Amino acid sequence: MAAAAAAFAEPKTKYDRQLRIWGDQGQAALEKADICLLTCGPTGTEAMKNLVLGGVGSVTIVDGCLGQSRAKSVCSFLQELNDAVNAKFVEESPLALIDTNPPFFSQFTVVIATQLPERSLLKLDSICREANIVLVAARSYGLTGLVRISVKEHTVIESKPDHFLDDLRLHNPWTELKQFAKSTDISDKDPVVHKHIPYIIILVRLAEKWADAHDGHLPSTRQEKKEFKDLIREHMLNLDEENYKEAVESSYKVSVTPGISDDIRQIIDDSSTEVSSSSSDFWVLVAALKEFIANEVNGELPLEGTIPDMTSLTEYYVSLQKIYQAKAESDCLALEHHVKKILKRIDRDPDSISRAYIKAFCKNARKLRVCRYRSIEEEFGSPLLSEVQKYFTDEDYCFAMNFYVLLRAVDRLAANYNRFPGIFDSEIDEDVPRLKTAAVSVMSEMGLNGASLSEDLITEMCRFGGAEIHPVAAFIGGVASQEVIKLVTKQFVPLPGIFIFNGIDQKSQVLVL
Amino acid sequence: MASPDEESPAPTEPERWRDLDMLLSRPGNLVDANFDPSPGLRDTLGSLVEVLVVGAGGLGCELLKDLALSGFKNLHVIDMDTIDVSNLNRQFLFRVQDVGKSKAEVAAERVMERVSGVNIVPHFCRIEDKEIDFYSQFSIIVLGLDSIEARSYINSVACGFLEYDSDDKPIPETLKPMVDGGTEGFKGHARVIVPGSTPCFECNIWLFPPQVKFPLCTLAETPRTAAHCIEYAHLIKWNEVHPGKHFDADDAEHMQWIYSEALKRAELFGISGVTYSFTQGVVKNIIPAIASTNAIVSAACALEALKLISGCSKTVSNYLTYNGLDGTHINVSEFVRDKDCLVCGPGTLIELDTSSTLSEFIKMLEEHPKLLMSRASVTHEGENLYMQSPEVLEQMTRPNLGVPMFELLKGAARATVHVTGMAENNGKKVSSLRKLRVAFKGVEKNSKMDTTESF
Repeated sequence: MAAAAAAFAEPKTKYDRQLRIWGDQGQAALEKADICLLTCGPTGTEAMKNLVLGGVGSVTIVDGCLGQSRAKSVCSFLQELNDAVNAKFVEESPLALIDTNPPFFSQFTVVIATQLPERSLLKLDSICREANIVLVAARSYGLTGLVRISVKEHTVIESKPDHFLDDLRLHNPWTELKQFAKSTDISDKDPVVHKHIPYIIILVRLAEKWADAHDGHLPSTRQEKKEFKDLIREHMLNLDEENYKEAVESSYKVSVTPGISDDIRQIIDDSSTEVSSSSSDFWVLVAALKEFIANEVNGELPLEGTIPDMTSLTEYYVSLQKIYQAKAESDCLALEHHVKKILKRIDRDPDSISRAYIKAFCKNARKLRVCRYRSIEEEFGSPLLSEVQKYFTDEDYCFAMNFYVLLRAVDRLAANYNRFPGIFDSEIDEDVPRLKTAAVSVMSEMGLNGASLSEDLITEMCRFGGAEIHPVAAFIGGVASQEVIKLVTKQFVPLPGIFIFNGIDQKSQVLVL
Repeated sequence: MASPDEESPAPTEPERWRDLDMLLSRPGNLVDANFDPSPGLRDTLGSLVEVLVVGAGGLGCELLKDLALSGFKNLHVIDMDTIDVSNLNRQFLFRVQDVGKSKAEVAAERVMERVSGVNIVPHFCRIEDKEIDFYSQFSIIVLGLDSIEARSYINSVACGFLEYDSDDKPIPETLKPMVDGGTEGFKGHARVIVPGSTPCFECNIWLFPPQVKFPLCTLAETPRTAAHCIEYAHLIKWNEVHPGKHFDADDAEHMQWIYSEALKRAELFGISGVTYSFTQGVVKNIIPAIASTNAIVSAACALEALKLISGCSKTVSNYLTYNGLDGTHINVSEFVRDKDCLVCGPGTLIELDTSSTLSEFIKMLEEHPKLLMSRASVTHEGENLYMQSPEVLEQMTRPNLGVPMFELLKGAARATVHVTGMAENNGKKVSSLRKLRVAFKGVEKNSKMDTTESF
């Protein structure tokens, strides 16, 4: 009976648990995405399983393993998981496809390349960069593996950080907020009212009082901050007044440095803000933001416009909410004005960027992120030597750096011997010095002469023999799929470098090279 | 490009296991001291080791697949839940047609269809419904749960099997390791618990703070957020309007009523943000969940289970956290045991007079400041001394209540007993299992009646 009722699953219900994370917009982006998978072994299949379940638009499996047509059977298994996804397969070797048909890749949103040797990956990376397609490369190898992203630039408005200071402007309240605070009697004799005055009002009022007594300055030294807390406590009628406790806990918010953070300053100062008709909407908005800040007296970003819950009478809280929302809306309008001006200047339709997009941008202006990735060729040819050296000597990163070198070395060795080291039990002992030689040559090409590799890890790599161990593949595939979701939804922040899996003690790390 | 129409055969057996066999048949330098590599190791482990997977949801489905593809052949899975449409975005073993069926049964069947040679026994019931003895057959227990209470229960069961020797050292044969996973959105954890050597779940219970509840006066007098309006309808208004009627969060009509009441209240106070979806989220305390995080955490758990059982590499020491919100952060923390832990320690010591009866002992547990356990059932070495339920057992064991414990424990100077009952945990009264050490005042250690070691 229950089964019959649900023969058709409402997407809203089916995707409920993920809609609560990335919302309708994130879901719509996923449903529009066309994902290509190269090589459908355990790692690739695991990655695709997670994306098909989440409801991506289409998946295309490329695999040349002809024995029993792996591409076809994996494709049908994937299709079974979600009939809303368009699942296709191409029975061709990914290596041959990369060599002979580069335009093939330009039809996709993201290409996930699994278990590809270095040479083909380099070539695929240049194809994808040329066509501006996101490349996610994943590799499982024994108890190690890696996931990397390659794309020129990925910009994020909704980075959705876990903990972020709320945007209350208590250090710099605007007129309406000050007026509202002034109109509220914070010394109301009614004890119920007194303990329900929101801490925003208490802090605005007492910060003003403090400033009046201190030449217009707000508390900044440790001693001053302590005295400011004492000032707040003096206004309590009872020690159990939650609103005053919250005011003491939040008192540091009046001492916040005005203006914008270094991270946002860096984005605003980026040369991409010199926009042209080919600029993305994101950079047009950043250019507008730059003008907005220049026009603001205090050089602040547009107000976010939301306040956290706090002890308060309903009416005070709702009024405060409205004051914050109104300021956010007027900031948004001001920014929109700059956007239109800029669009006109670069010969674009002034209405070509939607108000909803501008609103989302304003709401997240403090949280913007720009991720840029060096090409794999750049990384191989001129790695960031100071980083490499730091990783090699850092206890926490040393294993990951060793794995990075060894993962490249196994490909070198495979290119010479047509097999991975340690594939045959009988040759493990000879493969150990061979792998070491290959690793030393990788290191000297990176400009590292002298750094020493862990003998234990070299032996371990030979023991792995290129095996794709299922739980490792599931882990690597899982990480790859999660990065794809972040890249496609343009929400959250993708991996900044190369994720190196450490299946020995699980201390995996991210290297930026 | 082609579309799939017919299924192709699964990979052949030797091909499927070739990669894993390399890892299990070759010696290494970074392995466990007990690792004994051999070409037959996978088969041996597969036939000798029984694994229990607790939970057949987002983590459980992944765990069963990962464990089956890691060479484990004898698996059990326990879950009391049935399949819901909202599971389908991540619980990949289930299809739309399975909605309403037992998760454990469908999951077991699906994995067995795909991985030949694997046997999975499903248990469609609550974890508390199983006899404690059921859990003793497993070499390792892997937890894929979303509740603190359930973790706490399984932890106490597994730790309850642990025995200490006279020097308070854990006896290796009694160790039952656990691997525990958990996720929330883009975040998760995977940990290894080896009772007696790593901290147990209870040692670091502070890692799972209890959920913060809104004060009732806020809901009734000064609502400010959509959640306040929803909880008012859910916790106050429902009982006012439907006295005596049980609220069922899975009943769509009930949920609809809460939603419309919450909406009315929100309009009255000028509060925005009440939607049906948000109402469900607040009332059912829905934790967002996605396939990728579950896959990552389960894979880490399955890999740790494989390493713990085979010794083919080191194991995580002892708590891994994953956070994919901003980049891909993995952190491994080595937590330490709480040496006074009631659950994994040698057991709370209770001193009794030789004349103290079982019923007096049960009363003592209620008043013991560390235990505060009511309605206790008592067992000793698998034998029921007193059972509160079911009725048949209660009647059978009732005569013991008046018998001195010294007699029931066969004149031993010291003994270990297990008690289950309701005890305070994280501010809530929940079903708990505790191991206790009973010592009798004035009785010499070697006065045991059947002294085999004395002479």
